[in-house]
Amino acid sequence: MSSAPTANLFRLPGGLRLPGHKRVSATGALSAVAVPKTLTVSLRQHAGTAAQPIVEPGDRVLHGQRIANAEGGFSAHLHAPSSGVVRSIEQRPVPGRASLSVPCIIIDTDGEDARIDDGQAIPNPFALGSRELLDAIGAAGIVGLGGAAFPTLAKLNQASEAGIDTLILNGVECEPFISCDDALMRNRAGEILYGARILMHALGLRQCFVGIESDKPEAWQAFNDAAAVDNNDKLTLVQIPTIYPSGGEDQLVYLLTGREVPSGGFPSDIGALVHNVGTAASVATLALSGMPLTSRIVTVTGDGVAAPGNFEVRFGTPISDLIEAAGGYTERANHLIMGGPMTGIPIEDDAMPVVQKCNCVLVTSRTITENASTEPERPCIRCGECARICPVRLQPQQMHRAFTIGDRDDLPRLGLRDCIECGCCDLVCPSHIPLTQTFRDAKAHQQLQNYERERASRARERYETRQQRDQHRETTEAERLADLKQKASRDAISEILARKKQKEPEQ
Amino acid sequence: MKLARTATPFLKPATGVGAMMREVCLALIPAAILYFLFFGFGILFNIAVCVLACAAFEALALMLRRQPVAVVLSDYSVCLTGVLIAFALPTYLPIYVTLTACVAAVLLGKHVYGGIGYNPFNPAMVGYVVALVSFPIAMSAWLPPGLGDLDYTMPTIGERLAYIFTGNWPAPLTAEAITRATPLDMVRTGLRASETFGEIGNSPMFGTFGGYGWEWVGNGILAGGAWLLYRGIIRWHIPVAVLVGMLAPATLDTLASSGTTPGPAFHLFSGATLLGAFFIATDPVSAATSPRGRLIFGFGIGFTAWAIRTWGGYPDGIAFAVLLWNAAVPLLDRYTAPRIMGHER
Repeated sequence: MSSAPTANLFRLPGGLRLPGHKRVSATGALSAVAVPKTLTVSLRQHAGTAAQPIVEPGDRVLHGQRIANAEGGFSAHLHAPSSGVVRSIEQRPVPGRASLSVPCIIIDTDGEDARIDDGQAIPNPFALGSRELLDAIGAAGIVGLGGAAFPTLAKLNQASEAGIDTLILNGVECEPFISCDDALMRNRAGEILYGARILMHALGLRQCFVGIESDKPEAWQAFNDAAAVDNNDKLTLVQIPTIYPSGGEDQLVYLLTGREVPSGGFPSDIGALVHNVGTAASVATLALSGMPLTSRIVTVTGDGVAAPGNFEVRFGTPISDLIEAAGGYTERANHLIMGGPMTGIPIEDDAMPVVQKCNCVLVTSRTITENASTEPERPCIRCGECARICPVRLQPQQMHRAFTIGDRDDLPRLGLRDCIECGCCDLVCPSHIPLTQTFRDAKAHQQLQNYERERASRARERYETRQQRDQHRETTEAERLADLKQKASRDAISEILARKKQKEPEQ
Repeated sequence: MKLARTATPFLKPATGVGAMMREVCLALIPAAILYFLFFGFGILFNIAVCVLACAAFEALALMLRRQPVAVVLSDYSVCLTGVLIAFALPTYLPIYVTLTACVAAVLLGKHVYGGIGYNPFNPAMVGYVVALVSFPIAMSAWLPPGLGDLDYTMPTIGERLAYIFTGNWPAPLTAEAITRATPLDMVRTGLRASETFGEIGNSPMFGTFGGYGWEWVGNGILAGGAWLLYRGIIRWHIPVAVLVGMLAPATLDTLASSGTTPGPAFHLFSGATLLGAFFIATDPVSAATSPRGRLIFGFGIGFTAWAIRTWGGYPDGIAFAVLLWNAAVPLLDRYTAPRIMGHER
């Protein structure tokens, strides 16, 4: 184990030093929210295919029992977050940008919280081969707990196919207000390092970085203490400067290795695999106790709740239970956000359940920023501040112009798909233009356009094939007719000749 | 419980266009005070007239375009245009010339394109150039500073007001007797008459670096520019590039001519060099927007202005240089975009 000074890091373009607002929730304490009477487990936890339920209404389930199977390569199994009886499988609204209803398994809990046996535990993971470990991780339904709930098995498979040399554990958690990873690292640094060891063994890696943001001294200390015990010489703890968005996946890879993830690609394309510290902890939990992924730590914070803090929460718990655990709403509560203030998703109804990607529940008054300018939105004055702070080196001012008044075909050249939607540009825009939302719209617009284009080209292909077929038919028909004609005329000639011949002897 | 729904990010910016533009105007206060001390009330009168006239023309344009007048006026951009025109025009000028510059700047330079954010040319420079080509004699009649050892007595306030409102100096004053060529003009005429820069510079019209009095206004502008840089309202690329673009050829030229032509210090503190570098070329709307684009844009302006001063038909060239390079901005923006992370060059 070694601790690298931050000076060895590569410099990220742009980024912002944001007020953290983390101390309100990051007390180091970690309490559990009681298992609710009813759990609502969404079958659509991440992009990709929804999981397929394998239980039916009336079935009794145990905590940790499989209730839905992964479907396809980009999906993860789901497990019952507590024991009880399946009430129904029905459409329920869940937190998301599109605020859609999705199929959910509703479980009436029995209050016993009886768990499955520990048969899935892996007492000596280092005796297992790569495939067996990956399959065990897949079987436990482990997903990335950073914010996208990316199925871990899919990521590991991709990495092992691409051939990688570096594992990076992401303990940066750079977005203001969120402190769930901080709480996890302070309380379970040893487990995280154990999980890292297992992941390294599973992929045969010789190098692992653990990136910890510099504003988390307690977590840093906890890791140093744990690393002294863990004694893994292939592991390096690295302190990452507190600049948002250093914790973005591609950003962290660049900071640590200087390698740039190619546009549209993945870190595995350049030999790196990034997992949230929570993912490593989930792997350790699986190995030690055989319990699949059924809960996570959620930060409940903001001036809209009375007692902010971090809570261990079973998936499917109503968000209102978390609010209650955090002392209830204050008079200032006005906005409810899943995630942080930069990339979070607004939630209209606190009856919605906690999903796997829910790292934070932020309740705030009307505006979070002290001294926010009250000026209205104005036209872009091309000041270029957005480009100066863009961590991907985009020019948001040009993209915005191309999308709103200019040439939308210019957007791919300007790097629209490379936008990570971190929200930095909105924060420095003196014209108060909602740039990030504009780019989300622009991406959706491009997707729609590509879809239309594809459909049009398919239709054209169909049309052309049919035309070819028709033409072919016509030509063959014409040839046949010509043949017939020729044959007919030939026949006619020979007939005449024959007749002539017949006549000749008479002469 | 049901809650409000808004899009992220929820953190909001602390600054606004209005606050920025207002601060740029305020950054010219030191220069305005020095200008007033050396040249009299003209600058203050010009600022008042230009700001009021520009605001009135903008209000008119907004009403015609059915836009919310109060909201748009509160962005202070038209106020800044007025202040910049006031600094660019001769200190004492018949008022119809001043008003012509204002109407051209606001209507022709800004609102025909759709107002703030959409104008390809710097509005203040459009106004200045329209006045310059329309009223060449009035626009090149400057009064020398009223302080110091010059053999010169500034006309009385009443006489100056009479000139402003009637366009003629009251008898027995004549324009020839009252006005003087600017230091830049003297250098130009002198060099064409085969004098050396050293000889021309011996005139009491010259101070340590540039024109007497003018160089102090220049210091005031420099202080304001430094403040804007410190506050992050302008970035360094354009001012530095303008100065390099002008001072580098001036240095080479003066070295090659063994000091018979004006050197970098004179160019720096004469005419509109500092105002152009820190306050005019840095207008974000009409400037290039990428860092490399801004370096080329600024260098181009500095060099073009030096070339006009050296070989052109006008004593100063900042306004023409700015407008020329404004026209090049779309091209610069297209070819100087930074390399996006994860992209090949």
